[in-house]
Amino acid sequence: MKKVQIIILAAIAISVAVLISWMGNLSTYETIASAKQKPGKTVTIIAHMDKQQPMEYDPVKNPNYFSFYIKDTLGATAKVVYHFEKPYDLEKAEKITLKGKMNGDVLEISQKTGIQLKCPSKYKDDPNMAKKELSQN
Amino acid sequence: MEYIGEHLLPGKIGHFFAVLSLASSLVACISYFKATNARDPLEEKSWKKMARWAFGIDALSVFSVLVTIIYIVSNRLFEYNFAWEHSSRALPLNYLMACIWEAQEGSFLLWTIWLCVLGGILIKKAGKWEAPVMTVMTFALFCVATMILGIYLFGHNIGINPFILLREKMTGAPIFQRADYLSFPQMQDGQGLAALLQNYWMTIHPPILFLGFASTIVPFAYAIAGLWTKQYSGWTKVALPWTLFSACILGTGIMMGAAWAYESLSFAGYWAWDPVENASLVPWLVMIAGLHTQVVYNATGHSLRATYFFLITQFVLILYSTFLTRSGVLGDTSVHAFVDSGMNVQLGLFVAVFLLPAYILFIARYKQIPFIAKEEQTSSREFWMFIGALVLFLSAMFIIISTSLPVINWFRKDKVTTSDDAAFSYNRVEIFIAILLGLFTAITQFLRYKQTSREYIRKLMLPTAIALVLSVLVSVFGGINYDKYGAGFMVAIHLAMFAGIYAVVANATYIYSGMRGKLKAAGASVAHVGFGLMLVGILFSSAKKQVLSYNTTGILLNFDPEAKQNPMENITLLKGIRTDMGKYWATYVDGDSLDHRSKAEYFHIRMEKKDGTLNFDLYPSWLKSTKGQAQISANPDKYHFWNKDIFSYITASDNPAQRGEDTVQFKSNPIAIHDTAYYSKGYIILDSIVINPEKYHFGKGDTALMAHLTVVSRDSMRYTATPVYYVKDNAPRFINDTVFAQNLAVRFMGLSEGRKLNIGIKESSTMTPFVALKVYEFPQINILWIGTIIMIIGFIMSIVWRRRQTRLSRVEI
Repeated sequence: MKKVQIIILAAIAISVAVLISWMGNLSTYETIASAKQKPGKTVTIIAHMDKQQPMEYDPVKNPNYFSFYIKDTLGATAKVVYHFEKPYDLEKAEKITLKGKMNGDVLEISQKTGIQLKCPSKYKDDPNMAKKELSQN
Repeated sequence: MEYIGEHLLPGKIGHFFAVLSLASSLVACISYFKATNARDPLEEKSWKKMARWAFGIDALSVFSVLVTIIYIVSNRLFEYNFAWEHSSRALPLNYLMACIWEAQEGSFLLWTIWLCVLGGILIKKAGKWEAPVMTVMTFALFCVATMILGIYLFGHNIGINPFILLREKMTGAPIFQRADYLSFPQMQDGQGLAALLQNYWMTIHPPILFLGFASTIVPFAYAIAGLWTKQYSGWTKVALPWTLFSACILGTGIMMGAAWAYESLSFAGYWAWDPVENASLVPWLVMIAGLHTQVVYNATGHSLRATYFFLITQFVLILYSTFLTRSGVLGDTSVHAFVDSGMNVQLGLFVAVFLLPAYILFIARYKQIPFIAKEEQTSSREFWMFIGALVLFLSAMFIIISTSLPVINWFRKDKVTTSDDAAFSYNRVEIFIAILLGLFTAITQFLRYKQTSREYIRKLMLPTAIALVLSVLVSVFGGINYDKYGAGFMVAIHLAMFAGIYAVVANATYIYSGMRGKLKAAGASVAHVGFGLMLVGILFSSAKKQVLSYNTTGILLNFDPEAKQNPMENITLLKGIRTDMGKYWATYVDGDSLDHRSKAEYFHIRMEKKDGTLNFDLYPSWLKSTKGQAQISANPDKYHFWNKDIFSYITASDNPAQRGEDTVQFKSNPIAIHDTAYYSKGYIILDSIVINPEKYHFGKGDTALMAHLTVVSRDSMRYTATPVYYVKDNAPRFINDTVFAQNLAVRFMGLSEGRKLNIGIKESSTMTPFVALKVYEFPQINILWIGTIIMIIGFIMSIVWRRRQTRLSRVEI
């Protein structure tokens, strides 16, 4: 066998090993109910903000503590604690992707990128707003 | 209904040219195809002539479409959706082009324009390769032209029509039931360009990036032409400057995006492994792999098959990236992908129509592609260049697989995604890639093609020694103690630092020891020096990035029971109060809305080093949405030192709009001069009264009284306050004064009985203006930018050099 072929095979073997170890570190998409079954494991939940329940952010007291409630499509709710500032347009997001660990009934998020907002677009303002504007009068 | 005041002609002209460009690109494509397959030279010539005409018409149409859009936008014809959605009257002229490529259809238009420019150059320069190469180019033009077509066919929407009228798009809106809808206030102005995008990078980053995107098709087209015409090897030399050009421009575009992200978007860094960033990095990595194997083939005859594979794959990946970023599949994983615009099927087809024929052709002709049976020497340059290309390719595959998780999830039952620390899941793999690439970059230049003698390898001793000494010095004194992910990762960082320094030193010395200072031919070495510097800069700035605003002394630190384990990157500064921030004292001096046009609100933060050696000011700002909503985006500010940047952005503030109504009332306290009134944290002395104070420029007819108050707090701090009472239009008016440190507002409410004066006191917890912000220190970030610039210069030198070489070799033939 040629050297190059040996190296390619070795490289592929290493890549597969890397890929498998990387797969092990992936988090799974969960509903709020199923996430509660997996305390301490990093889970990803897609939900929207539950505006019926209070949101807490008082930067004068603590700029690194933000809590709010989420509700998923199955109707389950959970409290979220995010140890960073409140994302600017959280209320406008139609969907929120959250990555964190369940601690009892609370989803603890300790990475900045643990909250990702699905806005109509980061750079575009709400197209529904445009519609609204046109519907006046 | 007959609508009043609409300008329908420009739209009709524009749409006509959009359709014409589609038709003419198809004609050009077919003609070039026929010309390539023609046996008879005369027949070939006539097909080619027709193809050139068709291409000319196509190019003209594409430019006419652009001119029409510019006309519509600059004349503010808001009856057109494009103008209404993307521009506004207040938009300065220099953002006119920016608002064109902000739109999905506008960015496709930019792509076609670059394709036309490149096509024009190819017709002039490509010689005998014109017909097959231009077949591929015009086919791409045809495909992209469908993206701005905007017609319904068999119930499917094909492309987005940039000339659609607003009333055609928003059919349900009631105002369009009025013939005079254009006279309505909401039709007088457009939605404008998002405030975040009103940045000079927006005027140059997209055109460069799209030139990079568009140019990747040229090496691909040459590879396809080689397979198709079975002249498997003739194109590799003439196409080399194109490969270099494309790698150079795409690389520049990517790094401009990084600079933009660093400078003005609050991602707190230049690279976040965001899927959209990855989508353009991955094709670039594969392009670089192809560039190296192409050079190997030109020099030795090895690696032609690999060159085909890489150059085809990089373009397929460009199309795949286009699909990923524009189809909306990345919506849950990326912060800045386009939204689903209902073109997913079309975008998917766009990938397929290139991917399938290209790989089928490659596989079918694979056996015929010439190769050298004798294998490369282990001491040869080509051997290690090939291995390097392989590493680049595998690293690209790793990144694209991670990025494609949303696509992979379509085929999986339990959906997965990256863990919460997405950046580290890339970094822990890419750090080893960086070590390998740094080492290869350093050593391979010193190897000869075919075989390297021991004597040559000895030349490597000196740079190796220098690099070792330098990197040991950096490791010992550089202060890289990045142990967040354990000792193993830190060791890897130090190794990578050595590899980066080694690449810089080895390539710099090679220009002298290997090429005897022949700088003209040293483009590759220069580019590699730049690459090495980039590695060093990336490692330094990421491993030594410091959060200065760690909330170690913040108010009510224990409020959060788990505060110790959690990152506390934000610190709150109350206005006027000097706050401890690690090595610095930080003070929120003032907040002011300086620039009303851009609706930016600047915050003045004073930074003082505790040892008193350094003072400077930061002015991070908030951009309010230009579209009349309460949307806010933070715009950072940084202070440059020669060796680091201090970088800050605002994360929260007591924006009056957010604060809501202050419901607390003033409590009246009738007191005489020199008397005292009490509040919860101390007392207030009424010192004196000034009639018609000069400070406020009251006229002779006005009656104004200003009270001089001294506020003494429980901790014996003294503050002064001067509220004013005056009468205007027979009604009492007040100018309140505040003592923010005491959360206290005072009002001079007027005269009371018995020579007493009424002083109103209000205490409220929400009164103190404050900001919460993050402050980072990025050390040695300049090395990254300098490295980038050197790499680009190296690319340009190589392009010039290789072009001269191909021209000379043509003369020899």
